[in-house]
Amino acid sequence: MIDKTRCSVQIAIVGGGIVGTSVARELSKYNLDVLLIEKEAEVGWGTTKANSGIVHGGFHEVPGTLKAKYCFPGNQMFPQLCEELDVSFKQNGILMVARNEEEMKTVEQYLERGLERGVNVRLLSREEVLKLEPHLEPSILGALYAPEGGSVMPFELAAALMENSIQNGVQLLTENPVTNAWVEGDQKVLETPAYIIKAQVVINAAGLFADDLARMFGDDYFTIRPRKGEEYLFDMTTKDLVKSTIFPVPSTKSKGILVIPTSEGNLMIGPTGDDVLEKEDLTTTTDGFSRILEGARSLVPSIDPRKIIAQFAGVRAASSRHDFIVEFSPNIPGLLHLAGIESPGLTAAPAIAADVVQMMKDAGIKMEPKIDFEPRRRKVIRFHRLSRKEQDQVIKENPAYGRVICRCETITEGEIIDAVRRGARTLDGVKFRVRAGAGRCQGGFCQPLVMEIISRELGIPFEQVTKRGTGSEQIRYAAKELLTREVEQ
Amino acid sequence: MKVLTADTAVIGGGPAGLAAALTAKKQGADKVLIIERNNELGGILQQCIHHGFGLHRFKQELSGPEYAQRFIDMVKKTDIEVLLETMVSELTPERKIYAVNSRNGMMEISAKAVVLAMGCRERTRGALRIPGTRPAGVFSAGTAQRFMNIDGYIPGKKAVILGSGDIGLIMARRFTLEGARVEAVVEVLPYAAGLTRNVVQCLEDFHIPLYLRSTVIEVHGEDRVEGVTIAEVDEAWNPIAGTERYIECDTLLLSVGLIPENELSTQAGVAVDPVTNGPIVNESLMTNIPGVFACGNVLHVHDLVDNVSKEAERAGRFAGRYALEQGEDWKKRVKVIAGENIRYVVPHEIGLDEPVEFFMRVQRPDENVVIDVGGLRSVRQRSIRPSEMLNITVTPEMLKNVTGDSITVQVVTLKEAEVRA
Repeated sequence: MIDKTRCSVQIAIVGGGIVGTSVARELSKYNLDVLLIEKEAEVGWGTTKANSGIVHGGFHEVPGTLKAKYCFPGNQMFPQLCEELDVSFKQNGILMVARNEEEMKTVEQYLERGLERGVNVRLLSREEVLKLEPHLEPSILGALYAPEGGSVMPFELAAALMENSIQNGVQLLTENPVTNAWVEGDQKVLETPAYIIKAQVVINAAGLFADDLARMFGDDYFTIRPRKGEEYLFDMTTKDLVKSTIFPVPSTKSKGILVIPTSEGNLMIGPTGDDVLEKEDLTTTTDGFSRILEGARSLVPSIDPRKIIAQFAGVRAASSRHDFIVEFSPNIPGLLHLAGIESPGLTAAPAIAADVVQMMKDAGIKMEPKIDFEPRRRKVIRFHRLSRKEQDQVIKENPAYGRVICRCETITEGEIIDAVRRGARTLDGVKFRVRAGAGRCQGGFCQPLVMEIISRELGIPFEQVTKRGTGSEQIRYAAKELLTREVEQ
Repeated sequence: MKVLTADTAVIGGGPAGLAAALTAKKQGADKVLIIERNNELGGILQQCIHHGFGLHRFKQELSGPEYAQRFIDMVKKTDIEVLLETMVSELTPERKIYAVNSRNGMMEISAKAVVLAMGCRERTRGALRIPGTRPAGVFSAGTAQRFMNIDGYIPGKKAVILGSGDIGLIMARRFTLEGARVEAVVEVLPYAAGLTRNVVQCLEDFHIPLYLRSTVIEVHGEDRVEGVTIAEVDEAWNPIAGTERYIECDTLLLSVGLIPENELSTQAGVAVDPVTNGPIVNESLMTNIPGVFACGNVLHVHDLVDNVSKEAERAGRFAGRYALEQGEDWKKRVKVIAGENIRYVVPHEIGLDEPVEFFMRVQRPDENVVIDVGGLRSVRQRSIRPSEMLNITVTPEMLKNVTGDSITVQVVTLKEAEVRA
């Protein structure tokens, strides 16, 4: 066996989801030695990538919970965060719709809850709602409106947070799942297939596997209960159906089936909320789809399932505590758990990350601000959003922006090269960053071209380009390879 | 921004675009321009290395690239301008085209006539909502065809093909010839969706099983496809419990239909037929927007390229004429209605002073029937199938008998036809 590389860091973050990357970026503001360890080929590929992308209003959460503590402050941090990181973000507003008298009463309770917290919420009459969203079910009675609710691309945000963290000195280790962990004196040790890493503080942002990581340290006081959500994504031609994110009145278990305009404008419907046995059960199901369609159509009746272009599922890392777990382990000093971050985890993440800084200070860790911290990442050129004049200019500066690779979403070679240079390693990495292959043909035309660019940029053979990391190669053999093998045998 | 003009601008340099450009030129249009997004002309034909093209047109069996080359050579002999690796981003109702490439940046092209020849795309897994995991190894058949025939790679060695469209059938044979195994072709309909000759030459000759009234109900495998579950379906296409069967494979190909790519057209305001997913056109193949014509797979999905060329020549001829005469006034218009067992007819509307070639598809297979074109012409057919497009020409002489403002195209039995006669 090859000897594993040994290294030592001050702070090791396990997990590169929205929580891990938010914390990494927050810690990169200080003179600390930080390493983020991710099991997948790129960050943001667990629960984060399948997130609905809703920046919640902050009126849903039960008072006294950590969800309530972090959600609204998180919401308020999004505009600046996304501006700094040049991430697509839209305050498209949230509507919680009442379909009968009973629901109207519940909506009024949420209004009160929101107002108590200082959330910008108000009640809209039926007429006001339908004026705002003419395609809603016409028989609704009214709705709660939260104009500061928003929409973001969760993966893009995680990737941007990581990119900016790296800019500010954080190290990233990918395709290295933590397989074992133990305490050695005042150090914590993490073992991965290639490394043995000693750290003063371990931040457990391992999402679905947060309880497994805790148990590796012998810390066994919470459990992650995986809960799956399926989502169905529509073609860009659905762009004008609704502007706001449409919520029903929630049940005790979930916020219900929603109609969500993504930050690009096309619709998404979902999610389901089904307890599952497997933490990585990412299957979509016929049953899940019919429940979602029924739910979505009860809000927006004209939704046309023939315009669906993609489907996916994600698993939420709900905890046995039914709330976020944001605390130093009572049993293992220097082990900070950020676990059970289910909905509204994406919205709460920036606020949790800010609180982590405070918790570290309180724990006596020296937090010296980095004087040369750079809050901005290099601007991203999004060709399809530019005016013709700007497009012309961009091509003059770099002709690669004049070659459209993804025809459905108008994504250019320049953007794909840029995505790879910023850290994309795979087809999914490119797709999630710049949307090449995310449109109506689902990569049917551009996939070979994107593979060619990745292969060229990374200097790897074409057949080694993967969909999402080792084992997911799209191409298995060269032409005639199977025949020559047969002859040899 | 570079500003250009053209008499006839053709969007798409596949078989339709090539033929349309050539006839527009022959009409006397001075400046004909082909705008093509790929780095070569010929379109999807360039990846169709199997033979069987040109039987009608050239009375010869050609490969796709050979068929395309004949037209490319003809284009090269003219002064038709070609813009390669150029993407059209917008078409306006005033026939202004905005296009982009690396060399010229943004371009604004004002055209007297425009021919839409953008072709079609393949229906995806997402559109079908096949349940299960989302591993690598799921391809539309055409994408796999490109990987094999252009890039020189084989996606996997054990494949299941969902859908029996022509590309799927061709790929079943192609996989087999490359030493890969095709475990099954699975079709939800009670009959194959592709041409009979392809079922015989690509499946039967290679002993590849075709499962009718069946579908893939689940995809398995985390990183790469490991297998699929197939099941028989009832009349409403719902899987029948107890008929599930697991098939181990590393590749799933989809050949489940083609969709004309009309995003550009609809943005410009071109009206689209919900059955064909292509523009509504008259006998000159002009859309509702004056001076904008459509042909080939962007108009309706063809099964033979020979028909595409023929149709495109018509569009090109009228586009060329329109560019010269600007705003021709058409005489009496008659609506064409798809009647009994006819899924659609193109063109949708006709004038009466030109010969018209009708392209149509039936809804279900039948035998020993007569296609009745509005009582103007009856054509006896021994066998009709949805996969095989029918074309029937009516002459101005026959059109003289049109009395009302519509004609109905329908399938009738031999007996009915006799009674009418």
